[in-house]
Amino acid sequence: MDPECSKLLPALCAVLADPRQLVADDTCLEKLLDWFKTVMETESSLHLLQDHPCLMELLSHVLKTQDVSPRVLSFVLRLVGIFAAQEDCFQYLQQGELLLGLFGETGALSWTAWNMPSVRSGWIQGLCSLAHHPSALHFLADSGAVDTIFALQGDPSLFVASAASQLLVHILALAMQGGASGSPISEAAAWPICAQKIVNHVEESLHSKATPQVTQALNVLTTTFGRCHSPWTGVLWGRLSPPVACLFERDPIPAVHSLMDLLLSVASPQELRTQAFGVLLQPLACILKATTQAPGPPGLLDGTAGSSLTVDALLSSKSACVGLLCQTLAHLEELQMLPQCPCPWPQVPLLGATVTILRLCDGSVDPSSSMGGRLCGTLGGCVRVQRAALDFLGTLSQGTSPLELVLEVFAVLLKTLESPESSPTVLKKAFQATLRWLQNSHKTPNCSDLSPDALLFLGELFPILQKRLCSPCWEVRDSALEFLTHLIRHWGGQADFREALHSSEVPTLARQLLQDPESYVRASAVGTAGQLSSRGLQATSASPENPLAQQGLLMDLMHILSTDSEGFPRRAVLRVFTEWLRDGHADVIRDTEWFVATVLQAVSRDLDWEVRMQGLELAQVFLIQAMGQPSLHCPYTVGLPEATSPRPHPEFLQTLCRLPLFEFAFCALLDCDRPVAQKACDLLLFLRDKTTHCSGPQEAGDSPNSASVEAVLQRWREGEQGQPLGDLEPEAMLAILRSLDLEGLQGKLAKSSDHVEKSPQSLLQDMLATVGILEENEADCY
Amino acid sequence: MLDCGLDMTSTLNFLPLPLVQSPRLSNLPGWSLKDGNAFLDKELKECSGHVFVDSVPEFCLPETELIDLSTVDVILISNYHCMMALPYITEHTGFTGTVYATEPTMQIGRLLMEELVNFIERVPKAQSASLWKNKDIQRLLPSPLKDAVEVSTWRRCYTMQEVNSALSKIQLVGYSQKIELFGAVQVTPLSSGYALGSSNWIIQSHYEKVSYVSGSSLLTTHPQPMDQASLKNSDVLVLTGLTQIPTANPDGMVGEFCSNLALTVRNGGNVLVPCYPSGVIYDLLECLYQYIDSAGLSNIPFYFISPVANSSLEFSQIFAEWLCHNKQSKVYLPEPPFPHAELIQTNKLKHYPSIHGDFSNDFRQPCVVFTGHPSLRFGDVVHFMELWGKSSLNTVIFTEPDFSYLEALAPYQPLAMKCIYCPIDTRLNFIQVSKLLKEVQPLHVVCPEQYTQPPPAQSHRMDLMIDCQPPAMSYRRAEVLALPFKRRYEKIEIMPELADSLVPMEIKPGISLATVSAVLHTKDNKHVLQPPPRPTQPPSSKKRKRVSEDVPDCKVLKPLLSGSIPVEQFVQTLEKHGFSDIKVEDTAKGHIVLLQEAETLIQIEEDSTHIICDNDETLRVRLRDLVLRFLQKF
Repeated sequence: MDPECSKLLPALCAVLADPRQLVADDTCLEKLLDWFKTVMETESSLHLLQDHPCLMELLSHVLKTQDVSPRVLSFVLRLVGIFAAQEDCFQYLQQGELLLGLFGETGALSWTAWNMPSVRSGWIQGLCSLAHHPSALHFLADSGAVDTIFALQGDPSLFVASAASQLLVHILALAMQGGASGSPISEAAAWPICAQKIVNHVEESLHSKATPQVTQALNVLTTTFGRCHSPWTGVLWGRLSPPVACLFERDPIPAVHSLMDLLLSVASPQELRTQAFGVLLQPLACILKATTQAPGPPGLLDGTAGSSLTVDALLSSKSACVGLLCQTLAHLEELQMLPQCPCPWPQVPLLGATVTILRLCDGSVDPSSSMGGRLCGTLGGCVRVQRAALDFLGTLSQGTSPLELVLEVFAVLLKTLESPESSPTVLKKAFQATLRWLQNSHKTPNCSDLSPDALLFLGELFPILQKRLCSPCWEVRDSALEFLTHLIRHWGGQADFREALHSSEVPTLARQLLQDPESYVRASAVGTAGQLSSRGLQATSASPENPLAQQGLLMDLMHILSTDSEGFPRRAVLRVFTEWLRDGHADVIRDTEWFVATVLQAVSRDLDWEVRMQGLELAQVFLIQAMGQPSLHCPYTVGLPEATSPRPHPEFLQTLCRLPLFEFAFCALLDCDRPVAQKACDLLLFLRDKTTHCSGPQEAGDSPNSASVEAVLQRWREGEQGQPLGDLEPEAMLAILRSLDLEGLQGKLAKSSDHVEKSPQSLLQDMLATVGILEENEADCY
Repeated sequence: MLDCGLDMTSTLNFLPLPLVQSPRLSNLPGWSLKDGNAFLDKELKECSGHVFVDSVPEFCLPETELIDLSTVDVILISNYHCMMALPYITEHTGFTGTVYATEPTMQIGRLLMEELVNFIERVPKAQSASLWKNKDIQRLLPSPLKDAVEVSTWRRCYTMQEVNSALSKIQLVGYSQKIELFGAVQVTPLSSGYALGSSNWIIQSHYEKVSYVSGSSLLTTHPQPMDQASLKNSDVLVLTGLTQIPTANPDGMVGEFCSNLALTVRNGGNVLVPCYPSGVIYDLLECLYQYIDSAGLSNIPFYFISPVANSSLEFSQIFAEWLCHNKQSKVYLPEPPFPHAELIQTNKLKHYPSIHGDFSNDFRQPCVVFTGHPSLRFGDVVHFMELWGKSSLNTVIFTEPDFSYLEALAPYQPLAMKCIYCPIDTRLNFIQVSKLLKEVQPLHVVCPEQYTQPPPAQSHRMDLMIDCQPPAMSYRRAEVLALPFKRRYEKIEIMPELADSLVPMEIKPGISLATVSAVLHTKDNKHVLQPPPRPTQPPSSKKRKRVSEDVPDCKVLKPLLSGSIPVEQFVQTLEKHGFSDIKVEDTAKGHIVLLQEAETLIQIEEDSTHIICDNDETLRVRLRDLVLRFLQKF
């Protein structure tokens, strides 16, 4: 701890121990704890306590009187936990009976402030910090703390309950790892007492008739298996999987979704997984059953005779039905991406069920049963279910599906995209799902091409897209543009796609949206127009109503860059320009110098730091194209013969001065926004690196020209940025470049700008200062 | 009578009335029977497989057979769409009653009628077809003509004179105003949130309340929000005028309307919006006001063509007290409540009485035209259909839900123009109805049969029907329904001087009784207790006796008794007074006290006491007096 802070600490402790002083700001205490944690990473907490008796005084004061605010009580519990994380300090505190006094049955539990969730939470977090060594395990076992933690799992405060579960997992892991030195202990009798106690508790809870208890036990197990996969977790699962499996035999199955979470996190045996999967599929099986005339689709219903309870849940109320379906769909989506995904995966019935759900939502299904009719009413226009189903539908695009089902998917997607009832968020999801199905479905041998069905689909999609581009809702216009950009990026080179796109009004409408009143839409339109142009797909017929369309897109974008009042479109323009430059877009390579000069001129005046950043990115691409890739300073490349980068042509340096790229980079170096300055620094380092071998005397730094530049730079630092650097020769520029301490600057910029304000000393001073004001007021009162 | 709407779907069977000579329409082939008989070819024309009557359009009137409309005392109007048949009733049925409506309802109703009359009268048609209506001939016609009901009662449009006369019978009322009807009931209009001045009605007596909920909306549009609270505690709620398109959400439809409009105009096409001159058009113009700049449509002219366009736009701005809160507060700024004022000011929206005159000078394309009539059978819309129908660049967007758009388009087929159907009906849907009923909790709901089952085309949609407990009572055309309540009580007023004379006696804590002698005076269904006429003072003492003989009413009044007789104490009292050998028997209703010696029996029941003795009046009187000791008299 630095001496300044040491000096301030006694006063702070006194303030904390004084019940009259209110610590108004919770975050101060949090920051204080963070600081102690950092200090303890490098220092011995025992020494810290011994060197600063004020700390012990604070702790014993709290222990004795507890007359401080719940906030400070919670703070002290957590602080002690941090100290006691080191075993020697733990012993020291243990001797002073302080630990038992705070965490034992006669401690915090008996305080009146125990009613406050913040104090209970502090108690748990204190123990969590403390539990890091074998001594702590003994303490936990002997003090009765573990039983209290069991009770806190059902705490009315969700934060406390969840923290209690986490703590149990933490203790269990500590006990099992501490005990198991390499080989797993298979005999439960040999497990540490703490571990036995916790495992017994979990086991009992799994047998409990009360669903909350089962849920708690399942949550503990899920967290345990999610955290680590040591040998002991295998042993633990070996012991607890039978009671978990038993849960499936109950009717109703308790805590279904916690059970699913557990089974997703653990490599359970095949049989149990199949059973669990069956349960998960029940709601979807019910949906299919309620809406199909045929005896039943194969696959989904086999072995999962829809439990009457699932049906009840689906029909009991709208919120129950929606909740159950959303959870099920989310679980299935997650499951499909996991290695323990059931095999065989019932792709066809799942796809059928998902399409049916979407059709129930849009009211286009003709249900065969009264249950189907009720579902229709419940799910009609339900945005939440629609979104979940569309997400899952997107995931299902990865599997192989029969053509007739793919056509059904396309049909339901078209219906959703077309329907006036679809909300903007549903449309966005529908666009995403559409894109995935186009990418993955029914691939032809030439895998980047669209299938004939997909092309037919596109033929119907473009008119809808046209309508969506004219939507009065900007979110819809925006997601339609984003979707279009993706389409072009993927298939812009394919002849059929190009033809379909050209025969629609989509390119013209997208171009018109460059003038949209909503800046997000303009930004997306910039991206789309850039993409269209890159692929040579720009709108052909210019409308007489729109004079802008008659000029080149490049000029339109330049216009947006220099005049648009919002940052997003300008950033988008720069992204497009950078991409164009990188890809050698025809409009750019026609006169690259003019292009870069014009962009830099516009960017240098821009108020948006991200635009200036993007400007530097564009400059970098320009430099790399002319000067080659930056040399790698990677230790592994040492052995490789370094390709000598071509020495830049003197004319190119002239160009850089003329653009003026140097000036732009130097200005950016002084930018008040740190990321810009950092980027400029990197760029100049690159430039310096590439020009080390350039001619020009090393002592050029003394030349009058560079002296004047430095003077200007200096004045700039002092805030007169309006002044141009003037026409400067490359030599002068190079001289400045060499004379600047770019590495030093890079180091400085790497630190966050508020590193001074964030210092612990400043924190302590701040806390004392707020109290100081209090004291003054108090004096006034007297 | 609750409302008197006009069924205008009958006009769909007629050929459109073109404003300018239409070679296409006039050259349509006449229709002939299968056997080639062409005697109807002057009356019926064929167009793209459909047959239309070539005559002045006619309307289907309200039911007149079931009830003699001259006996109707009062008509309550709920909104301007529900009064279009008024002239037929007030002018041709002997009706002498009063019509109640709010001011905007009357004024805008007048505009709608005026527009209708104007549309039809300005295109005089010499021909009037009646041959096809002959029942024997009608049977031979193709659908839908064959199936049209009561064609003999279909009538031509009324005249402006009839409209004026009908409107003069309207008594204007304001929301929450209580109107006494013959003392029998009180009626009160409440805001229904659907249109300017639209109302639900409460019809109540002192002890019964019936609510008539028709054409209501819970959406936030321009009218004052619906008053739900006042509908509570209804014995019966009559529910009608729900949305005609329960599956279409108005918000989605407005979005659809805007998208299609912009799409058409951007591609250089024109947009035609067949509409009524008031109502949804105000909301559409407001949406467009916000949308046109963002959609880059600032240079596109919007035309509103109707003989009453000007009045409609101006009326909407002056009915401030009937508008939603937001719009009301604008008036105090002062600003026009509707933004179409600004559209007009900036020349973005122009309005004309018809396509003739100024319009033809100003007309620029591409453009957006709002005009009537939504049936596409008369009005300026006919002209635009003929003008723009041939180009696929143009679009007609249907927003009014009253007419099937496919039927409306039938006489214009084949049509190249794009057709978009986005019906905007802001009236209650079934979800809103179920919320409303939960909130208002009427004892009984009465509604048309159609609302109690899912629509025929979507028979599985159990959510598209009224679901309430107890189930709604439904009615169908020409059915007589007894409302499920009885009038049990009447309220009677007591005159102050009579009340003064009463002497209440508390018989239980909180309950007092008093006897009243009065004259019940009933007039106009009001009942008043007045002091009885004082017996005229005898002019001289001589005649007193005669007077008392002549006025038998003024008998000495016997006091009223109350209380109960405790049997044990009563027996003790009897014993004290010398009766012996007393036996008490319990019966189902009370007790029988037997005086065996005296051969007398006293039957004591909850509400009566009988003394039965054998012709011994003295004994009876003695026993009676003993009984009376236990009772209170007043």
